[in-house]
Amino acid sequence: MRSEGAAWPLRFAAAAGLAFLHLPLALIFLYAFTTEEKSFQFPPPGYTARWFGTAWFDRPDIWPPLVLSLKVALFATLLALIFGTLAAAALARARFFGKESLSLLFILPIALPGIITGIALRSAFDIMNLPFSTWTIVLGHATFCIVVVYNNVLARFRRTSASMIEASMDLGADGFQTFRYVVLPQIASALLAGGMLAFALSFDEVIVTTFTAGQQATLPIWMLGELLRPRQRPVTNVVAIFVIAVTFIPIIFAYYLTRDGEHIAGGGK
Amino acid sequence: MTPAVSFQRVSRHFGSMRAVDDVTLDIAPGEFFAMLGPSGSGKTTCLRLIAGFEQPTYGHIEIFGETAEGLPPYRRNVNTVFQDYALFPHMTVGENVAYGLMIKGMARADREVKAAAALAMVKLEGFGDRRPSQLSGGQRQRVALARALVNEPKVLLLDEPLGALDLKLREQMQEELKALQKQLGITFVFVTHDQGEALSMADRVAIFNAGRILQAGSPTDVYERPQSRFVADFVGSSNIMAPEFSAAHGGPGVWISLRPEKISVLKASDKPPVGHGSAEGLVAATHYQGSVTRIVINSGGARLTAAIPAGTSRFHEGDIVRFVWSKDSIVAMEHGE
Repeated sequence: MRSEGAAWPLRFAAAAGLAFLHLPLALIFLYAFTTEEKSFQFPPPGYTARWFGTAWFDRPDIWPPLVLSLKVALFATLLALIFGTLAAAALARARFFGKESLSLLFILPIALPGIITGIALRSAFDIMNLPFSTWTIVLGHATFCIVVVYNNVLARFRRTSASMIEASMDLGADGFQTFRYVVLPQIASALLAGGMLAFALSFDEVIVTTFTAGQQATLPIWMLGELLRPRQRPVTNVVAIFVIAVTFIPIIFAYYLTRDGEHIAGGGK
Repeated sequence: MTPAVSFQRVSRHFGSMRAVDDVTLDIAPGEFFAMLGPSGSGKTTCLRLIAGFEQPTYGHIEIFGETAEGLPPYRRNVNTVFQDYALFPHMTVGENVAYGLMIKGMARADREVKAAAALAMVKLEGFGDRRPSQLSGGQRQRVALARALVNEPKVLLLDEPLGALDLKLREQMQEELKALQKQLGITFVFVTHDQGEALSMADRVAIFNAGRILQAGSPTDVYERPQSRFVADFVGSSNIMAPEFSAAHGGPGVWISLRPEKISVLKASDKPPVGHGSAEGLVAATHYQGSVTRIVINSGGARLTAAIPAGTSRFHEGDIVRFVWSKDSIVAMEHGE
C-alpha cells in the first residue's frame, strides 16, 4: 500500500469530521453580522456590523463579567505558576514511597469531572463558612490550572540534565543564583506555555465556576444567560468572537513554544 | 607538606549500601591522581565528596588543610568536569565559560577576556559565540574543561571526562590533558574505569572495589606489583594462579600473578632455561590481536594465557607447548581476595 496519501473514503471521513467540529464556529462569526436580532435564522436576512458598536457602547452589563473573568484567570494562572512549578520541582527528581500516587493526586483535578470538583469545593467552602467571592472562583480554577503548569514544567525538568544544577553550584552559584541563571531560563518557555494554557482554561470555564461563584457571573455564565434574552442576540456572538480570540491566541502560542517534541498534557480540557 | 586532598577514614553510606567504606587517602598538590575501578566501586562518590555534592557519613575530609565537610559545593575552591559535560544550553560557549566569573561578580569586559583566554587554552579560539548544541562531543568536552579551569581551582575533578569520545579523540585528549596539567600545576583528580587511561595519564592510581581502596601507587607499582587478585585482574590482564599451581611449578605457595607478556612459548620438547618456571599444556585457543597474539593453554586443569609479539607464533590449536617464565616475573600476592 502507498504510504503517502490515504484512500478517499478515509479522506472524506476526516474532512467531514473536521467540518462537523469547526462549521459551528463559522456560524458564530456569521451570526455576529446578522440583521435579525430575535432568532438565528439561516441564511441571515442581511448583514451589518452594528452589533460590535452596540456591544461596546450600549451594553454596560458586559463589562463586569468580562473584568471578573480576566481577574479570575489572571490570579488562577499566577497561583498555578507558583504551585505547579514547586510541585514539579519536588517530584521531578526525588524518588520516594508513594511518589506515583502523589503525582496522580496532582493530575486528578483535570481528569475529574468538573461537577465533582465543583460540588466538592462548594461543600468545602460551606464547611469553612467561606462566602462566595472572586477568590472562591480563583481557588476552583487553580485546581486544574496547576495541573497544566505542573505537567509542562515536569516534562521540561525531565529533559534537562540534573548535573546542570550541580555544575552551576560547582561554579560558585548558590541555590538562588542557580535558580535565577540556570533553572529559570530552562523552564521559561514551559512556564509561558503552561501559563497561557491555564489562562485560557480558566477564562472559559463554566462548570466549576457555577458551583463556586454564588451570584457572580463570569463571562461564560453571562453568555449562557444571554441566550435566553429575546433581543440583541448577535451581541452574544460578538462577545463570543472576543472569547475565541482571547483563548485561541495563547493556545497557538503555547503550541509553538513547546512543539519541539513535548506534548502539552491536559491541553484538551 | 599539606596534602591537596586528604580523606581520613571517610565513609558514605546510602541506606544500608556502603558506597564509600572507610577510605583513607592523601593526594599531593600538583599530582595527577586517578581513581580507577568498576562501576559502583565508590570512585565517583569519592569525587562527589571532594566536590561537595555528597557529605561523608563518617570521617573527615580536608582540602589544602581546610575542613571540607559541611561546606556546600559553591564554597569550595574545586571545580568539576562532568561526565555529560553539563553545559548550559541557553548560554553561548563564551557565557558558559564565563559563568563562574560572572557569579563571582567580575566585570563583563574582564570575564570576556579571561573566558577567551581559557577557550584558547583548550584550542577553541573563536568559538565563544556558538551554542553548545552546535559543537561536537570533543569540543563540548573542551568547553567543560575551560569552564572549570577559568576559575583557577586548587583541585580539578574529572568524572570520566573521556568516556563519551571515540578512541582516536580519547587518545589525543589524554595527551592534551596530561600536558595541560603539567603546564598549570593544578591537582587533577580523575575518575575512570579505563585502566589504560589511568596508567598512561596518572602520577598515582588508586584502585577501588566495593567502596574501598585496594591499592594506591604509581602506575608501574600497581601494574608490576599488584597486591591482590582483584588489582592484578583489573589492571591489565593477568594469569592469576592458585597457591597449589604456584607450589607445583617452583613458585611460592600463595596466590600469584603472572602477566601474559612475561611468558614465552617454546616447543614442549625444549628445556626451560635455568631460573625459569615452566608449564606444559595443550593449546586451547590462539587470538590474533594485531600487535600481539594471545595463546591460551590448558595445563593440568589450569588455564594460562601468553601474549607474544604477533607474527612470531608458530603454534596452533591442539599443539602441545611449553610456557616459560622468569621466576622474577612472578608476583606473590599478599591478599588472596
